[in-house]
Amino acid sequence: MRAKPITLSGWGRFQKAAMGAFRPERSREAVSLVAARPGGLTIRGGGRAYGDQALNEGGHALLTERLDRVISFDAETGLLVAEAGMTFADLLATFLPKGWMAPVSPGTGFATLGGAVANDVHGKNNEATGSFGHHLEWIDLVTPDGETRRVTPGEDLFRATVGGMGLTGLILSVALRLRRAPSNAIDLDERRITDLDGFLAALAEARDTHPYSVGWIDALARGKTLGRGILELGRPSLTKLDAAPRKAKRLPIDLPGFALNPISIRAFNLFYYNRIGAGGRMGAVPIGQYLYPLDALLDWNRMYGKRGFHQFQCLLPDGEAATGMRALLETISAAGSASFLAVIKSLGGPGLGMLSFAQKGFTLALDIPHRSDSLQLLQKLEDITLDHGGRIYLAKDSALSPEGFRAMYPEHQAFQDFIDKLDPQRAMTSDMARRLGMRG
Amino acid sequence: MRSSVQSGRHWLILGASSSVARAFARQVAAEGAAVTLAGRDRADMEATAADLRTRYETEATVMLLDAADRDSRAMAAQAVAAAVPPGRLDVFLAFAAMPDQGAMEENPDLALDCIMATYTGAVDLLLRLAPALERAPGGRVAVLGSVAGDRGRLKNHIYGSAKAGLHAFTAGYRNRLFRKGVTVTTIKPGFLDTAMTWGLPGIILAASPDNFARACLTATAKGKEVAYIPGFWALIMLIIQHIPEKIFKRLAV
Repeated sequence: MRAKPITLSGWGRFQKAAMGAFRPERSREAVSLVAARPGGLTIRGGGRAYGDQALNEGGHALLTERLDRVISFDAETGLLVAEAGMTFADLLATFLPKGWMAPVSPGTGFATLGGAVANDVHGKNNEATGSFGHHLEWIDLVTPDGETRRVTPGEDLFRATVGGMGLTGLILSVALRLRRAPSNAIDLDERRITDLDGFLAALAEARDTHPYSVGWIDALARGKTLGRGILELGRPSLTKLDAAPRKAKRLPIDLPGFALNPISIRAFNLFYYNRIGAGGRMGAVPIGQYLYPLDALLDWNRMYGKRGFHQFQCLLPDGEAATGMRALLETISAAGSASFLAVIKSLGGPGLGMLSFAQKGFTLALDIPHRSDSLQLLQKLEDITLDHGGRIYLAKDSALSPEGFRAMYPEHQAFQDFIDKLDPQRAMTSDMARRLGMRG
Repeated sequence: MRSSVQSGRHWLILGASSSVARAFARQVAAEGAAVTLAGRDRADMEATAADLRTRYETEATVMLLDAADRDSRAMAAQAVAAAVPPGRLDVFLAFAAMPDQGAMEENPDLALDCIMATYTGAVDLLLRLAPALERAPGGRVAVLGSVAGDRGRLKNHIYGSAKAGLHAFTAGYRNRLFRKGVTVTTIKPGFLDTAMTWGLPGIILAASPDNFARACLTATAKGKEVAYIPGFWALIMLIIQHIPEKIFKRLAV
């Protein structure tokens, strides 16, 4: 099968890599491509990881986008078997009309089921529902020796594959337990929150009252207003919405570097905050719009221009969240690094993978446009995260240090030992794996 | 997304393992048609059939077909005639074999394989399916030709000649079936973003299988005679067809 010489980037467009990409259209071809080859092989799904997870400079990549078939669905139990290239948007469009939805969904519908396994993604309902890996019955995995294995929870191979950044091989298909969706809408309760402490308290309270919760913080607000923003609490609605499907718009060009500056971003953030009146707002919104707000603007990553951007997302344990997030937001503000809204969420507990991100605590995510001093800023944020016992989410990461990775993920050694045994020929790799020293 | 425009129709997809055929099958199944997938790769077609059944809750079956094998073609045509009631059958012929031109020049056996599958197999199958199509009016036939068949080029003239033959055959076949109320649409795809072109140099403005399939279905449903898809290829081919041979023979295209 032909490999196409191609330069790809992560969603943040900061890291780029030239590689030979395979794009199999039949699963048998895909299986045959998993083999030791010069430069190694990385697996790429929707290409929505922000950094270098699905890049492999000088090596090969296997794109799963053409392997997106539904193999079976049990309308009694909700068990879906699908090829790993199926996207969440496709899943929603196909199964919501039948009354089902993904139990856990990342923030973009363009991510694939395989990518969701490899990153053990969490949604806005982690507290109530856990991470993606919790809902898998099994995974069909092509291990680096070319064998296809059905991997079930409890096996070491399962624990290495869930959250394993694609390093255990090619995820061919997954068996995922869908959830019943009482309607096509979410009942949304939006409230203004005036500061960070208020935010953390409100999110903690929501753990018992609402399955879905997420907050949007004005990352440029300082002093007493630091951490102000909008809290969105959601529950599956019992009433169906007659919503016309939204037509996504596309950002056709890279915005020039000056388009986003502290003034324009401050104005946007202020507008966003004032969107919701002081008394809050309630109403039903279509599930797709709630789960994937940014998908309405295709290629929104071009907003940050040619230089691209980083996304920083960390998790801080409950007790450290207030001081840690304050330190992070102050550092970002002091660096004058203009950032749009930051996203704040509450997470419930650990995932099933050795490198799963989720832990009990709060997570903060924001974009940092790339500039010459961004990497120093990200190093500072890494240090603050570590000081507060937190960790950085690899799905978003573009800048973590190997030392930081080892300190944040205590099972890194077990993962490395396992992978080295599973893949002695080092068939699987990625720029991220090399940057973080994930292999021995 | 679901509509029932194709409800009651039965689409026979010939060469069902390609991404284009798969996308076309999804289009018609989404609109309520039953689908028979015919091709060589049973495991792959079974997966596609399961996909169609699960997504669109329609009938989808698999039939083994080797377009280069006469017995296989005869059996397939017979099975379809027996299974589909008169007036319900629609056909999407999507198979072709495109080995590397250089390899075919070195090994004419490969060229024969290309012609057997792309031309001979297609003509034979269409002839064998004609009686079933002619039993009652209303059928739609779409045949994938190629812009490569519009003019023989240095880089692609063996495959191109098979497609050129298929274009000529299809034009007459259209005339024949027209008399029985069945439309035949010759689709001339430009570059498609599929495994066939993936990684080849010089491929630009390639259409995605989904967009291509949608356009195919629109052209076919309208009963268009010939459709370039994407449409701008009509202009490109008009120009290419009018370059004098004296000049064209010197071009390394």
